Amino acid sequence: MNTLTMPAARSALPVGARRSAFGQIVLNEVRLTWRRPIGLIGGVAIPLLLLVIFGSLPAFKQAPAAFGGLTVFDAYVPILAAFGLAMLGMLGLPLPLVSYRELGVLRRLSTTPVPPSWVLAAQAVVQLMIAVVTVIVIFAVSIAAFGAPAPKSPSGLLVSVAVSIAGLFAIGLLIAAVARTSTAANVVGRVVFFPLMFFAGLWLPRALMPAALLDISNYTPLGAAVQAMQASVQTGFPPAEPLLVLAAYAVVFGWLARRFFRWE
Amino acid sequence: MGTIGSSVIQTAQHDAAVGSGLAVEIAHLRKTYGPLVAVDDVSFSVAEGEIFGILGPNGAGKTTTVECAVGLRQADAGEIRLLGLDPRTDRDRIREVVGVQLQASAMPARLRVGEILAMYRSFYRDPADVGELIEALGLAGKRGAYYKSLSGGQKQRLSVALALIGRPKIAVLDEMTTGLDPAARREAWDLIAGVRARGVTILLVTHFMEEAERLCDRVALIDGGRVVALDTPAALAVRASGGKTVRFVPSAAFPDRLLTDLPEVHRVDRPGRHVLVTGTGELVNAVILTLAGAGVTAHDVQLDSSSLEDAFVRLTGKHPTPTPYSSEGAAS
Repeated sequence: MNTLTMPAARSALPVGARRSAFGQIVLNEVRLTWRRPIGLIGGVAIPLLLLVIFGSLPAFKQAPAAFGGLTVFDAYVPILAAFGLAMLGMLGLPLPLVSYRELGVLRRLSTTPVPPSWVLAAQAVVQLMIAVVTVIVIFAVSIAAFGAPAPKSPSGLLVSVAVSIAGLFAIGLLIAAVARTSTAANVVGRVVFFPLMFFAGLWLPRALMPAALLDISNYTPLGAAVQAMQASVQTGFPPAEPLLVLAAYAVVFGWLARRFFRWE
Repeated sequence: MGTIGSSVIQTAQHDAAVGSGLAVEIAHLRKTYGPLVAVDDVSFSVAEGEIFGILGPNGAGKTTTVECAVGLRQADAGEIRLLGLDPRTDRDRIREVVGVQLQASAMPARLRVGEILAMYRSFYRDPADVGELIEALGLAGKRGAYYKSLSGGQKQRLSVALALIGRPKIAVLDEMTTGLDPAARREAWDLIAGVRARGVTILLVTHFMEEAERLCDRVALIDGGRVVALDTPAALAVRASGGKTVRFVPSAAFPDRLLTDLPEVHRVDRPGRHVLVTGTGELVNAVILTLAGAGVTAHDVQLDSSSLEDAFVRLTGKHPTPTPYSSEGAAS
């Protein structure tokens, strides 16, 4: 079925109509996300629940020397933000796209004046909106309810979150590109998610990782994301290295996803 | 299901250069998938306002032909024009003036009928009115229903509605009534007749004889990737039957030779437990006397009026799918 001709990247509609058509697609994607809130649960509710649990554990209030002045809870704040972003990138973004391809939704759209790539863009917009909610909720609750420090460099945090989302969404799009069925996408998403979370420090915070493990972590997308977010909170604008690592993931995986994405 | 409101299926304001009066022109279309030749050499043209049937057994190349025509697939060779537009170079224009109903395409389960229609409506410059369209398609009561709650027939009708919502000049309907129960199928036929009455050209892919006979002005019978016959359903039936047809159930087995040796008999077919004898002259007498002489009695003897089904069998050597229906009703 790889002979299906590529859909046109642009639409033949006039600009105003194009905007309203894209708005309609986004609106329906929002409705679907709300009616089957897997992305909201994995991307927002679970990390928030973990945050509340961790914030209530006395052990997490300790500040071991290795953490450089932060409590264990403080160290987990960027890890849980990364958890939410990874859920959205690995599962929230690819699963609907793969199921649309499976159902023939994308193929059906390619017979209308609107290209099927708009559904992909609409889905990215919706997941991006949830990602922003995740980051705001995790940092706001940790600061307001559990006394975590406010970020030293808010602009650094903003840049860190932006490149993290770009890198993780690019990986998610590649999953959507290569997975033939929703079941396969689900399995791949989960198989990728857990090692990524390990290197983010979910089970062993980065401050406690041996040097060799930390080196690997620095080059994984979630390791780099946590490194950049943590630096923004603790010291100031993050170093270039994690930001470049994430940007490289965005470019390489985005290119691969574009190269291999099938519309049928 | 009501009749089509006058403004529902009006043709789009469209200034395509249509001098020929032909809505569809296909010449020497060829499409292969690796070693598999899906379409070998297909040519036909469809006049504006015509209902044109593409008929043939499963795997004949019907769907591939229309998918190439609407630009979903790239033909390997041949020329295609829809209202004078080439799907390879003018696909943007074709998307605006051709409404397509595809086989096996579903919608997200948790969208409501009205939400899906509103979205597709926003894709076109001069769309039909959602209210009138769903009224005409008998879906008015289902506007707020989730897609997943619709019956098979309702999903098909929604699919047809989506093909018509942009007020297309050509509607391509692929296996529109497959999976519908008989009542829903007849409603769909009424609908198509109503759509044509608005001047829309319809390209109808089907493997149901009755559907083609009832709806189509002309039919192309495709088999093995080629057009094996092209005519009105009635003319095809007459031409293919080549005379009279006697159908019966024999009381005992007998070799075809017994009958084919008779001068009156042209050919013998055996659809199911029936024997179908085609020939001329005193065909019935000759057949029954000969069988009796061999100790075989012919039961349920019918002198068939020639039908499109006979043409199908004769021209393709295959038997058409018996008109099926799903137990899933189209309660509306």
